[in-house]
Amino acid sequence: MASTSITDNPSLAALGDAPTAADLQRRDERLRRRESLLRTAVPIAVVAGLLLLWEVLVRVNHVPHYIIPAPSLILTTLVDNWETLSSALWFTVKLTLLSLAAAIVGGVLLAIAFALFKWVEIGLFPIAVILQVTPIIAIAPLILIYVSSTTAALLLCAWIVAFFPILSNTVIGLKSADSNLRDLFQLYKASPWQTFRHLLAPSALPYFMAGLKIAGGLSLVGAVVAEFTAGTAGRETGLASRILESSFRTEIPMMFAALLLVSLLGIVIFIVFAALSRAVLGHWHESEMRRER
Amino acid sequence: MADATPSAAPLVRLRQVSKRFANGTLALQGMSLDCGEHDFISFLGPSGCGKSTALRLIAGLTRASSGELAWSRAGSGQSRSDRELGFVFQEPTLMPWAKVFDNVWLPLKLAGMSRDAAAPVVAQVLEMVGLSRFADVYPRELSGGMKMRVSIARALVTRPRLLLMDEPFAALDEMTRIKLNNDLLAIWREHRFSVIFVTHSVYESVYLSNRIVVMAPRPGRVVDEIRIDEPYPRGEAFRTSTRYNAHCTAVSQSLHGALHGVDIDH
Repeated sequence: MASTSITDNPSLAALGDAPTAADLQRRDERLRRRESLLRTAVPIAVVAGLLLLWEVLVRVNHVPHYIIPAPSLILTTLVDNWETLSSALWFTVKLTLLSLAAAIVGGVLLAIAFALFKWVEIGLFPIAVILQVTPIIAIAPLILIYVSSTTAALLLCAWIVAFFPILSNTVIGLKSADSNLRDLFQLYKASPWQTFRHLLAPSALPYFMAGLKIAGGLSLVGAVVAEFTAGTAGRETGLASRILESSFRTEIPMMFAALLLVSLLGIVIFIVFAALSRAVLGHWHESEMRRER
Repeated sequence: MADATPSAAPLVRLRQVSKRFANGTLALQGMSLDCGEHDFISFLGPSGCGKSTALRLIAGLTRASSGELAWSRAGSGQSRSDRELGFVFQEPTLMPWAKVFDNVWLPLKLAGMSRDAAAPVVAQVLEMVGLSRFADVYPRELSGGMKMRVSIARALVTRPRLLLMDEPFAALDEMTRIKLNNDLLAIWREHRFSVIFVTHSVYESVYLSNRIVVMAPRPGRVVDEIRIDEPYPRGEAFRTSTRYNAHCTAVSQSLHGALHGVDIDH
């Protein structure tokens, strides 16, 4: 057993004319490189093609820019108004990240309390569900009335949307630790903290990361929705206010430019958390492992 | 036979131990057993006979409903030191996020031993199970048999006086199982701890143990104890000998006698 190498391949050389193991490995390497190149190139080509089609259709049909602006015009608008747009972008980024951070802290702490104390879960879970199932756009006006600082109210709205997936996923994760491993920790008289640190937390990590990926996107949704409800009040305003503002003035290209920034922000958030998940789980968890073919 | 003789004071002693589950099922009825120093005892029986329950009772993972369970060593009474026991589950039960080294280190880490202090001990038990070269890999990179070896190394890292094994090789293929049987016997002989080994294989129990406790279900109970007075080391010559076959026949008959009238297919 012990002498068997885990990298042993069945010898292919014995088949005579058949390719050697080294040949096959080179071929696999080539195929893998080609696939990873295509994985980037194909989506870019599709998006570029659609943009080009859009541009051509708008120009050929002379569609007025206040109905549908061409991509080139959107880009020019973005560059020309970069000063206002970038400060709005920065505000939305701040709001999103702050509410996400609060959602992580709140969601994880609450999940730990839920997992440790049955009655906390029984008592508080319905409230968490109510907060989750009531559309944020319906609660937001009330929150804006009761919370005097607009920024704090916006944060609260975004937090409500983002914390639930972290809470529910982390609770499931904390409860999903292998029962034999729990027995093992009991056998060696592990303290509650040791059991949490070395068994429950690692078991919950994949679930937490899945929750984080959802919450990342939702915190942006929450930030934008809350700002829409708040309107353009407040000293500092974000991308949602830019969109509202330009819609009042029927500055359609400006709306598209702000929208573009919102989507880009969402994409960046998604990519960052996907990469984080891969970095944290890649070496042991099924969900992030590259499968051998 | 010299090395299979139990000493006068048993390591652990069960007197009329019963276990009734919350749902009313009598999982184990009136079990009595003395496990001596350097015994290799098998609990043999079909599923539902209480053999795993008995093991969990001895491990302290569940409490007896009635009866008495006592550990040797003056004054320790019902309690035991947390490092006197090793437990091997049917599945390897390794932490997938931790490398082999960290999995084996776990019992010592929980007892407060630093990585550096534990390193020589961990290296030694990995050597014992033949996995010295694999300290730095994750469990998923190992075969089923190798994972089970890691599990055994982890159970042995505290140098327990009693190793409890709950059908540890049941999920492995025949070749791997035979190899692990032999390696387990070699380690047991060299390090002189006691083993209680739960199995449903007559052949495995005869090959490994000096005592076989035959159990029957509904309610789970001990029906017979059979001594296998054969010298160690036992190798392939023993496995193919007529005496081995005679023991297997005797144990099978005892088992079938116990099951007579019991519908095992339920």
